[in-house]
Amino acid sequence: MNHTYLISTLVAYVLSFVLYVLSLKTGKVLAGRLGTLLLGIGLVTHYFALLERSRGLHTVPYHDLYGSMSLFGWLLAVTYLSLELYHQQRSVGAFVLPFILVFFLAAHLAPPDRMPPPTAHGVVFALHVTLSILAYAAFALSFVLSLIFLGEQRLLRSHNLGNVVWRLPPLELLEQMSRSGVLVGLISIAVGTALGFAAFDQAGEHNSLFDPKYIITLVVLALYVIYFRLAKTAAWRGARASKLCIFNFVVVVLSFTVVNLYLSHSHRYF
Amino acid sequence: MEIVLVGLNHRTAPVEVRERVSFTAEQTQRATEELRARGILEETLVLSTCNRSEVYGVPPESSHGCAPGLSSFLSEFHAVKLDVLNGSLYHHYDRDAVEHLFRVSAGLDSMVLGEAEILGQVREAYRFAHEHGATGPVLNRMFQGALEVGKRVRTETELGARPMSVASAGVKLAERIFGKLTAHRALVLGAGTISEQVVSQLRDKGIAHLTVMNRSRERAEGLAQSYGGQVVGWGAWDEALRTPDVVVSSVSSDEPVLLRGMIEKAMAARGNRALFLMDLGMPRNIEEAVGDLYNVYLYNMDNLSDIVNQNRAARENEIPRAEAIVNEHVGKFLSWQASVELVGVVEALRSRMRDERAAFIRTRVESISHLTEADRLRVESLMDEMLEKLLLEPAQRLRSEKELRRKIHNVEALRDMFLRHEEKP
Repeated sequence: MNHTYLISTLVAYVLSFVLYVLSLKTGKVLAGRLGTLLLGIGLVTHYFALLERSRGLHTVPYHDLYGSMSLFGWLLAVTYLSLELYHQQRSVGAFVLPFILVFFLAAHLAPPDRMPPPTAHGVVFALHVTLSILAYAAFALSFVLSLIFLGEQRLLRSHNLGNVVWRLPPLELLEQMSRSGVLVGLISIAVGTALGFAAFDQAGEHNSLFDPKYIITLVVLALYVIYFRLAKTAAWRGARASKLCIFNFVVVVLSFTVVNLYLSHSHRYF
Repeated sequence: MEIVLVGLNHRTAPVEVRERVSFTAEQTQRATEELRARGILEETLVLSTCNRSEVYGVPPESSHGCAPGLSSFLSEFHAVKLDVLNGSLYHHYDRDAVEHLFRVSAGLDSMVLGEAEILGQVREAYRFAHEHGATGPVLNRMFQGALEVGKRVRTETELGARPMSVASAGVKLAERIFGKLTAHRALVLGAGTISEQVVSQLRDKGIAHLTVMNRSRERAEGLAQSYGGQVVGWGAWDEALRTPDVVVSSVSSDEPVLLRGMIEKAMAARGNRALFLMDLGMPRNIEEAVGDLYNVYLYNMDNLSDIVNQNRAARENEIPRAEAIVNEHVGKFLSWQASVELVGVVEALRSRMRDERAAFIRTRVESISHLTEADRLRVESLMDEMLEKLLLEPAQRLRSEKELRRKIHNVEALRDMFLRHEEKP
């Protein structure tokens, strides 16, 4: 397989990360803009890397652990870039890029997949998987934003601003961005889950409703609905909502890893 | 093409002298006209701010070293004895004058390092002079360069990025919490000078709603009226604290005026939305325990002063980057200046050579009797060709090669070597 797209993606993401960090450290606007540009280039080459791999294996990108992790990284980058352009805030890039890079690299380091391919196929199934991974990516972004919120709030309350606080997004904007991410995640996971049931129904399969994956997905859905409701209430707005968002993502990671890999009968990587 | 600058600023002159030498708009226009009418300067620009009064100009070719004349003019114009001014005025020529202007525009020469207002003042001074026809090619180029320097320093460095006063630091901190203040409300306790500074900053940031509370209602109304705010009676805490996102307190009081219980109650009433409290009172106006409340951010005078000190140090770290931009643009300007002057010298040289050729033909070639008219024309044409060849290539290189222009430091020497005084461009 030709590795041009993979190497180009890696180079683009690494350079984008370096430029975002430089922008955050020095306040140079040009560095931030170049970081965004390189992230965009990385997204395009990452897409072609996924496409090339799919064509090479004659299967969908999420066929195995590598594909699903790589797709997760790509969707995280897409979600972040959309949010960055919408809110015109580049300073978060330095914190999000490491996650994108970790998933991109981990995808390559993942052990060879020896599990049988998924039984369901078709457009509905593909949408189910893609929307589910998009939801996880959006939740991941909200998790990062919540971490930044807590860090920035801590610095502001302790009057210890340093250099970085002046360049981070305002706290209210971070909360708003985090809620936007959760909203995207909630819609995606709700539609994705419904499509999942439809896909299995189409395939004529009858899985147990007590599959741990179904249960944890409903728990995740409920937790984020609760977050979304609480984040604007008097008692929870601010740091408490951010902590809840972080806790929720821990559950998502649990669903994405332990449940998928070891407990679920019908899910593996998504 | 000499450039001259005469002026004084906060470093060289006390405020008593600065205020006597400052220019109003009307005085600026009159001084500009007089300087040109008296033949002291051909191009003129007056830059007058609260911290500096400077006259930039290009004197006529025949009058080199005109700074003393300019000093006398300033003394006469403002009716201030020259003795008083002499210790305060600085004179800069050519490169030094350009560098000084670029440093001013960058904010490197300001009382508050990197302050933003000076760029607008330079822009305004240039616009005024340009509109009144007082500038020419040299000052146009110089001030356009200065504006570019100022813009670049502010976008490419952090020289002016962080607040340098307690009031602006407080308002910037509010922006760290709420973002744009255009949808937020502020309550100001006290109507003194510090309160006014903060109110002014808040208004500049477009605060949506402003309420003033003061023991003297009359003073509160005065401040509210000046900045388009409302007044609430002293002590109406429940009403006053329910809505604001920013509270600024600068009240003269021995005891704290805002206690933990009051803010707790207010936070409950406002649904725990974040509240930023700026305590600028001495002794402090807000009980320290208020800072422990959820979603409350409390900053007192010391906290804000520490931030200002940190910011000052951060700005000072940016000086080398700003100076690099200044030097780059000074180099560009000098290169342009050299190219204009050198092209002028080459043109004068060409003109002189043509005259020499005509004289040579008149005295030497025409005396050769066996030459036909056609031969004579042919000789003239060959001489023209040779002269063009001699001068065309250097002229083209001077236009296109920056490095070459940089190497020729002294255009004056070239003029003296090749041209008679009356032929100098």
